[in-house]
Amino acid sequence: MSSRFRASLLLLGVGALALGACDREEHHSRAKPIGETVPAGASAPTIFPGSSTPPPLDVRASLYDNNANAIAQGQQLYMQMNCVGCHSHGGGGMGPALMDDEWRYGGRIDQIATTIAEGRPNGMPAWRGKLTEDQIWDLAAYVRSLSGLPSKDAVSSRAESMSAGTPQTLTPHPETNNSDAAQQ
Amino acid sequence: MMPRSFARAAVLPLLLGGCAYQRYQSDFGAAGVEDRQFLTLFWIFLGVCAFMYALVIIFLGAGIARSRRAAEANVVETGRHHRSHPLMRSTLIGWAALIGVGLAGLAIASFFTDRSMAAAAANEKLSVTVTGNQWWWDIVYNSGDASKTLRTANELHLPVGVPTRIILNSADVIHSFWVPSLAGKQDLIPGRENDIIIVPKTTGMFRGQCAEFCGVQHAHMSLVVVVESYPDFVKWWSHQLQPAPMPTTPLAMAGYKYVTTGPCSACHSIGGTTAGGLVAPDLTHLASRRSLAAGTLPMNEGNLYGWVEDPQSLKPGVHMPTIGLEPDQLHAVVAYLETLK
Repeated sequence: MSSRFRASLLLLGVGALALGACDREEHHSRAKPIGETVPAGASAPTIFPGSSTPPPLDVRASLYDNNANAIAQGQQLYMQMNCVGCHSHGGGGMGPALMDDEWRYGGRIDQIATTIAEGRPNGMPAWRGKLTEDQIWDLAAYVRSLSGLPSKDAVSSRAESMSAGTPQTLTPHPETNNSDAAQQ
Repeated sequence: MMPRSFARAAVLPLLLGGCAYQRYQSDFGAAGVEDRQFLTLFWIFLGVCAFMYALVIIFLGAGIARSRRAAEANVVETGRHHRSHPLMRSTLIGWAALIGVGLAGLAIASFFTDRSMAAAAANEKLSVTVTGNQWWWDIVYNSGDASKTLRTANELHLPVGVPTRIILNSADVIHSFWVPSLAGKQDLIPGRENDIIIVPKTTGMFRGQCAEFCGVQHAHMSLVVVVESYPDFVKWWSHQLQPAPMPTTPLAMAGYKYVTTGPCSACHSIGGTTAGGLVAPDLTHLASRRSLAAGTLPMNEGNLYGWVEDPQSLKPGVHMPTIGLEPDQLHAVVAYLETLK
């Protein structure tokens, strides 16, 4: 057995091991049990008095943030629940823009979920009881993708719904300098 | 043993043919004008092509036998291999003529089928918009009069003998509308309007299904087509136009409150109530339909319980979420849904 043959055999073995990394994410069609134990909105608001440290990230964040399925489902809900009516396709209108780096109530995924679930003054309705926890978190994941916060491989380049715009992965986003977003 | 197993193998496809003649979902159902015309055309094509094929095979067999005889005669030494059979020339001319006549016949048959289908399309009497969604069918009976416009889902009723134009749209991805017993396939393409004319010829129930892969639950995207007499159709239509009745029992009343104020109303609409969501099937006369979740389950109380409580275990990936209703809420919701006859 030549050393060259052995080397290529080794390379093949390493390649086969690398295949294991292809498992991208879990596609959960039902909210995880922990979804029911902690209601959306349990996390504290973004305004932290003094120099106190912000509360830890909600345990569900890892299930939805950077999850391609959650982002795609959230995108459908964004259209179906008529978020477009006020926020447009992220550019804002009657409601604030969602594709910039400004977050009035925090840009962490649990903070966005709180905003959707509880509503905010001056027009943002509360969606708790109208959407399930799972759907609210899907929406929050999508809202984060509007400002390019999730990693690019999680964002669909071709939306599941009709769109006349440039694919999201091709849209350049400015660097975000939001302190909440930077904390993760 | 061999001939016997061959005989058995030959009988099996014939048995399969028996399945095809069930009218519920069959290309050979011939329950619609288009299906009948295509079926006639199909038999003509099959007959002509089978005849020509048989001739080719006979010639081939004759050619093989002839060359063997010629080899035995040692043509190279005798030098007689250039002499063809006297009949060969006229046979070849006849063969070319047969091809010409056969192809012309097929072209003429196709032309007349096409024309008669266009003629059927010219005098439509009813217009229905079918919108494909992942994974259900939204059905709207169009009418110039808004009070006669009817929205329903997953169950298409058609009057027998009435040419109906079905306008096809899609809300998300490409689907395909296919009711084999009535007509061929037609795609539903997002952002485009497609259509198909159906003229049902016999009453009965037929199954349609999505014929273009459209996502995880593509297999559970089917449609019941009920073809009925014109008076029955009008009766069905006027009943479906009625708003949902107010529930009378306390249990159903509790369900009504939950459905119209809770998460159900964000997506579903129920005529005569405040539930007005347009992204999921209309529930105004849910209990009058034959199936649940686009043909996934037959409509009955048990399935209704299962579906409302946990749709994700019955049709994983469906856009209806598992809400996790408490038992008392579930009893109330199902009691209310059952009043939606």
